[in-house]
Amino acid sequence: MTRRKAVAEPSLADDLARLEALVRRLEQDDVELDEALALFEEGVKHLRAARERLTSAEARIQQVLEDANGDLKISDFSA
Amino acid sequence: MTLPLSFDSAPAVDEVFTVSDVTAEVGRAIQRTAQNIWVRAEISEYKVYGSGHHYFTLRDARSQMRCILWRNDAQRLRVTPAAGMEVFVLGRASYWEEKGEFRFTVTTLLPTTDLGAAHMELERVRAVLKADGLLDPDRKRPLPRYPAVIAVVTSTDGAALRDIITVTRRRWPATRLLVIGARVQGEGAPAAIAAALRLVNRLPDVDLCIVGRGGGARDDLAGFNAETVCRALAAVKVPTISAVGHETDISLSDLVADHRAATPSAAAETAVPDRREVMRAVQEWAVRLSHGLTRRTRLADERMARFGDRSRVALEQLLQRRRHHLERLAAQLDALSPLKVLERGFAVAQDSEGRVLRRRTDFPPGRAFRLRVSDGEVHARSEEEG
Repeated sequence: MTRRKAVAEPSLADDLARLEALVRRLEQDDVELDEALALFEEGVKHLRAARERLTSAEARIQQVLEDANGDLKISDFSA
Repeated sequence: MTLPLSFDSAPAVDEVFTVSDVTAEVGRAIQRTAQNIWVRAEISEYKVYGSGHHYFTLRDARSQMRCILWRNDAQRLRVTPAAGMEVFVLGRASYWEEKGEFRFTVTTLLPTTDLGAAHMELERVRAVLKADGLLDPDRKRPLPRYPAVIAVVTSTDGAALRDIITVTRRRWPATRLLVIGARVQGEGAPAAIAAALRLVNRLPDVDLCIVGRGGGARDDLAGFNAETVCRALAAVKVPTISAVGHETDISLSDLVADHRAATPSAAAETAVPDRREVMRAVQEWAVRLSHGLTRRTRLADERMARFGDRSRVALEQLLQRRRHHLERLAAQLDALSPLKVLERGFAVAQDSEGRVLRRRTDFPPGRAFRLRVSDGEVHARSEEEG
């Protein structure tokens, strides 16, 4: 199962929320150049990730089944 | 007042009650119980008096009770009640003091054939859910803006699931639908839906849960009115959307869920944002990000505008500038190293221990010292002042 990976990966929501926070910080007057650069660099990273997800992602449909032991199995679902 | 449990053969005067005392006390006790309740029973006698009031008896296999339906309520009846009819009645326990008799005062009477047990059950479930606070508007949770994982509880071969998949694919590709199949109509449907809902809480990372089914006959939608389904839905740990049937169908699950959608398609539209709108928002952030930086670095805006990917170009330009700056600094540092200075024609005087000789007093007449030049050492001696 890919549970672990899913937990570790930041979601689109994370990217957008972080991006928003970075921009708001960057727009403040007390930001030093070094910090501005770091904010920008991180912002570009999240921008890319967000765009990537929005343009290339394919909705994934999976089905959850409970087996006789009560364990959950997740497999791709074909409608 | 308390009624004594037994009387002695010669009761004390202050322990004797009047009939009115007793009927009033019993009446008060009766009226504290069984107010506004639904009763299912069979009519055994039914009489309409000239006054317009209806008097009748309701019974089941073991007991019976006298009932009264006042004229005003009787006028609203849509049926003519008769002995032998199975009915639901809404009413309250009351007491006819003059006769010392218990009566059940009926305000509404409905034949069971008219209404069906399903409706009664619906009213019962609504009442218990309300009593437990599960219908409170304060319970409603906001839905997540960008759900990455959505659990969908519905039939795996129904139109509802197809609609939800279609809408989600179109609007929001950055998501994963976890379908938990459940029988949504017929016997066993409530248990299946409730079990599927409980399963949602065992799945990791779920952001949102949609439960529902497509349109159908009233009876086909009844599973979503079941108490077990409503309670399981209320216990789902993530925000929930209920979408049962068409626009006009409202089920109890709709009232318990955090959000009610008119149809399964509408549920999907509510659940996920439109990617084009979000893309526009992202572009907006990109512009603000580069503006934020240009303000800091004083890079001209128009310079950025010439390039397609403004943000990347801006960053590279900035890093390029920094690199040049560092290279200049490094070059300056190099120029300051002693060897470079010597190359430019300077020499360093040192004594035999290698100490640098800096002042006139370091050179008494006749003192031997070494001169470091760019390619080695020269032995030297200071002369007397001339």
